[in-house]
Amino acid sequence: MAWTKTILRINLTTGEITKEPLNMEWAQEYLGQRGLATKYFTEETDPNVDPLSPENKLIFATGPLTGTCASTGGRYSVITKGPLTGAIACSNSGGYFGPELKFSGYDMVILEGKSPKPVYLSIFNDNVQLRDADHLWGKTVWEADGMIKAEVQDPLAHVATIGVSGEKGVLYSCIVNNMHRAAGRSGVGAVMGSKNLKAIVARGSNGVQVRDPQGFFAATDAGKKVLAENAVTGEGLPAFGTQVLMNVINESGAMPTRNCRDTVFEGAHDISAEAMAEPRRSDGKANLSTNQGCFGCTIACGRVSTIDPTHFTLQGEDKERYKHASGGLEYEAAWALGSATGVNDLDALTYAQFLCNEHGLDPISLGSTIAAAMDLYEEGVINHNTTGGIELKFGNAEALVKVCELVGMAEGFGAELGMGSKRLCEKYGRPELSMTCKGQEFPAYDPRGIQGMGLTYATSNRGGCHLRSYTVSSEILGIPEKTDPLATEGKAGLVKAFQDATAAVDSAGICVFTTFAWTLEDIAPQVDTACDGGWTPEKLMEVGERIWNMERRYNMSAGILGDQDTLPERVMKEASKAGPAKGLVSGLDKMLPEYYELRGWSTDGTPTGETLSRLGL
Amino acid sequence: MQLALVIDPGKCTSCKQCEMACAYENEQTFNPAKSRIRIFDFHEEGRFVPYTCTQCDEAWCQSACPVNAITTDQASGVKLVHDNLCVGCKVCTIACPFGTINYNADTGKVIKCDLCGGDPACAKACPTDAITYADVEQSGFDKMKAWAAKTDSAAQSS
Repeated sequence: MAWTKTILRINLTTGEITKEPLNMEWAQEYLGQRGLATKYFTEETDPNVDPLSPENKLIFATGPLTGTCASTGGRYSVITKGPLTGAIACSNSGGYFGPELKFSGYDMVILEGKSPKPVYLSIFNDNVQLRDADHLWGKTVWEADGMIKAEVQDPLAHVATIGVSGEKGVLYSCIVNNMHRAAGRSGVGAVMGSKNLKAIVARGSNGVQVRDPQGFFAATDAGKKVLAENAVTGEGLPAFGTQVLMNVINESGAMPTRNCRDTVFEGAHDISAEAMAEPRRSDGKANLSTNQGCFGCTIACGRVSTIDPTHFTLQGEDKERYKHASGGLEYEAAWALGSATGVNDLDALTYAQFLCNEHGLDPISLGSTIAAAMDLYEEGVINHNTTGGIELKFGNAEALVKVCELVGMAEGFGAELGMGSKRLCEKYGRPELSMTCKGQEFPAYDPRGIQGMGLTYATSNRGGCHLRSYTVSSEILGIPEKTDPLATEGKAGLVKAFQDATAAVDSAGICVFTTFAWTLEDIAPQVDTACDGGWTPEKLMEVGERIWNMERRYNMSAGILGDQDTLPERVMKEASKAGPAKGLVSGLDKMLPEYYELRGWSTDGTPTGETLSRLGL
Repeated sequence: MQLALVIDPGKCTSCKQCEMACAYENEQTFNPAKSRIRIFDFHEEGRFVPYTCTQCDEAWCQSACPVNAITTDQASGVKLVHDNLCVGCKVCTIACPFGTINYNADTGKVIKCDLCGGDPACAKACPTDAITYADVEQSGFDKMKAWAAKTDSAAQSS
């Protein structure tokens, strides 16, 4: 129940398509989606595989609650070895695509090998085909989405596709579904491109069943009520989206600004949720058109925006497609494309966000890489000749949108930026200017102003990331209880607890944003009434810890050891210059040993035999 | 008092809870493909519109049915499809100007909204009140009030 209990396996090299039963023993140990797919992945894939080789695998996975009426029960994840980091990659997306996979009758799709020519996969219940994609190769996400829907003659089908950036191996290219939702991080789009797989289109008409329907309705109704009555999920997120954080984080002195030179951005208000709601002079409309929910989501934090028609980004030829509403700025994108680069032009950032959707780019890694390039430019390490004539200074909105266009098509200097900030800064001899952990750009919370996020980034199994343990909840918002963002005490335990709980939430098929209101006490009854197996909060926590250690072990086998649990020198040595965190650096060295101890790992960060056997690994 | 589904697209977030509730009510499974109500996403306009049968007083589907398989429930005004009579000819699907009665290939019958016998699941499931079940004679009052508020601006500003 809740699981379809069937996997689709596609050998792209031979074109062979097989269906196999889901390993239900593993489902009890790893639940679904992130956990279960990572279990399959680590069992089947050599940790030393080249991420962009045919030997790497790519898994699209749903969770047991995906496609049910549980609030936010519409998530899917893409699991692979990431080309940006060389670590385990797991990128989670909303929209409406994941449930269609499930309604077609599959918990996950495992893609192996490499197709001899461009193809896309179409999944309509039992009718699964690899179809020619020669004519789609070279098309943007937006073009491919429409062409595929027209070709399968089903406007209600949902498409997940890569853009040109994925085809050309931009190391932070994503897989975009429904035009503006994305499995965004770690370069999963580049892996898809390396397999000559342009897209997956799905539509299903098989239902999802749950174990105890009456109990499930009671549990999910109770969950929805908690979300509706919570200030963050019931008011803040629907009204302002994640952008509700822009002014809050800035006032906390934790806004990574101009490649982390500063921790307060003087232009934050100009690019905030409040600014998005202001009517503009030209046409009297606000940047924000409406909010949108992903499948099953009763929070609806998604932003749908338009760009000011008089703005410079919409002038000139071939701009028609940007003159409509599309997925607008979320906090991470507004920060990365804005604060990190010092650009406070809301419409330029919205345009850059549209480009990320159109071309399939992770705005966090893109913005942070551009910020590093701006730092190199300002330091005189690179110049006009390197950038192809672009004056890549902090705060230059025209330069920002120009390089975003170039990265989208992996052209000119854009191809260099497409390698990510670590490789870029290494190439120009200034590795310390790359704001990355394990090769992945870290997001919108400066570790000097929110100490727990330093430990979060340093220990994240997929490289710099906020979604593995969002301690901002506790340190800034006071959820479940307030801790001091400037203190290191107690953060090791907080990070471990958030990491384990989040792994379970991801694996259920629901959205991590529910945890602003829900604890595992709210989630367990929903999983338990859907699935066989007696799912208690304790069991979910244990599954989460098992998943965390499994991911860790895979990374260590891939050569990513404890010495990489670190942060860029800048946030460890250069003190914050202003705001509440003035004078502070990250206290990672104070938190990490305690974290290892709480995890049951040795002092060099290796899970001990005892820990592994306790978790059944 | 006769009740009807009152739909306000401006409040819809396209979360699909109505589609799942409808499918579960009718098919006992979470399967939006079988939902009688559907949300359409006008992406470029940033609009989401739930749409379903409005239970016409003089219903084209009912008039077109050659075997009288569609009847009117006198109390609620609901047009009901009787599966034991429906022959799956699909003429009603052609006759309906709004496309809200559709063929279900799994059963060989047509399906349409029946207001769940007077307690529509979609309205209960909607988290934003974009779909409500209200007095059909007053369904326009909120809109009237909104427009009324825009009149006589001179008086307001004085």
